[in-house]
Amino acid sequence: MSGGGDASHGDRVPDDHHGEERTEDLLAEWTVGGIVSTLVPLLVAMSILQMVSGTVLESFEEQLLQYPSLLVVVPVMIGTAGNLGSIMCARLSTLLHLGTLEFTPANPDIRANVGAVIGLAATVFVLLGIASWMIGRLLGGSLGLGRILVITVVSGMLLSVWVVLVSTLAVYVSYQLGYDPDDTTIPVVTNVCDITGVLILFGVVAVVL
Amino acid sequence: MVGQDSAVDVYRQALPVILVSLVAGLFAGTLLGTETMREGIRSVPGILLLLPAFLATRGGVYGSLGARLSSGLHQGLIDPHFEWNDRLRNAVVASFLNGMIVSVLIAVLAWGVLLVLGRSGNLLELIIILVVAALLSAFAMLGVLLTVLFKGYRRGLDPDNVIGPVVTTVGDVFGVVFLLIGIEVAGVIL
Repeated sequence: MSGGGDASHGDRVPDDHHGEERTEDLLAEWTVGGIVSTLVPLLVAMSILQMVSGTVLESFEEQLLQYPSLLVVVPVMIGTAGNLGSIMCARLSTLLHLGTLEFTPANPDIRANVGAVIGLAATVFVLLGIASWMIGRLLGGSLGLGRILVITVVSGMLLSVWVVLVSTLAVYVSYQLGYDPDDTTIPVVTNVCDITGVLILFGVVAVVL
Repeated sequence: MVGQDSAVDVYRQALPVILVSLVAGLFAGTLLGTETMREGIRSVPGILLLLPAFLATRGGVYGSLGARLSSGLHQGLIDPHFEWNDRLRNAVVASFLNGMIVSVLIAVLAWGVLLVLGRSGNLLELIIILVVAALLSAFAMLGVLLTVLFKGYRRGLDPDNVIGPVVTTVGDVFGVVFLLIGIEVAGVIL
């Protein structure tokens, strides 16, 4: 295994010449076994959860194959929900660390973040509707612009409200339990958003189509 | 300062990244929607089932590798000049193993779900597809991630700010392509 691409140069550098500088506990965090045994159980648990969205996709296989626009929407819907959730979590946990976070809807910082996330969602999901309609046309689909826009905008806005709630709750719970929200919330929220993104999207698809 | 941003400030700062990710997602979606890919989805039961788990896994594996390496750079545990030392090698090898192990498990899980749903599935076919896709992803993601991290760091870019978008963008696009290649390879072997 060469490390791939640009990474393989410098392969033969002898690696033990700063042996003494290392302290034991720092190195312990950088062992293959340590990293694998921490991450694999987490990734497996996430994958089991992801099977929920997979099952939903699989059950809509006929519609997805018939209307390629819908296939175009799926990765963007999942990705955008994760991005919005990450922004919300990262910003709220920074506020928390700065000591200026109060969990009330009256807090101007919370309002600003919620406003930004909703605004970003509105922008992205309108663009997504138009783009996926055009791409769907090119791929030989027949779904109309109106329907696609209803699907992307309604499910996108529902999803962004949900993302705001989940992110805020995740930061709050993580803080209450004594975990640093910077470490815990983003993986949890992006994963929850992946699954609920697919559920909300196909809930709306089932109503519209 | 951070706490005083208005909604418009946050919107302006986040919009470029969100739009880049929109374009990458559209690209991935377009690949999913092509006739070749739809043919693949039709011919191999379970592809749509494992798609979300497969895409999320690469985010988890390479996102955490990126976060680890960028903390290492900030702490001075890793030299900003690319050097194949113990720490870097351990982190890279571990992420490679994580990606491969979890991908095989996803194939088994998807096969299990197919059985439960009463649909037919071919375990060997799913494993071949995911091993091929995970292997190609590892080379592509490690190549791009290490290049961007080290070159970016030397040019004054904070790796913390670039890993997320890089992993999402590269991962979404390559993930679907490599799944398609995996389907083709499985078709040739079986």
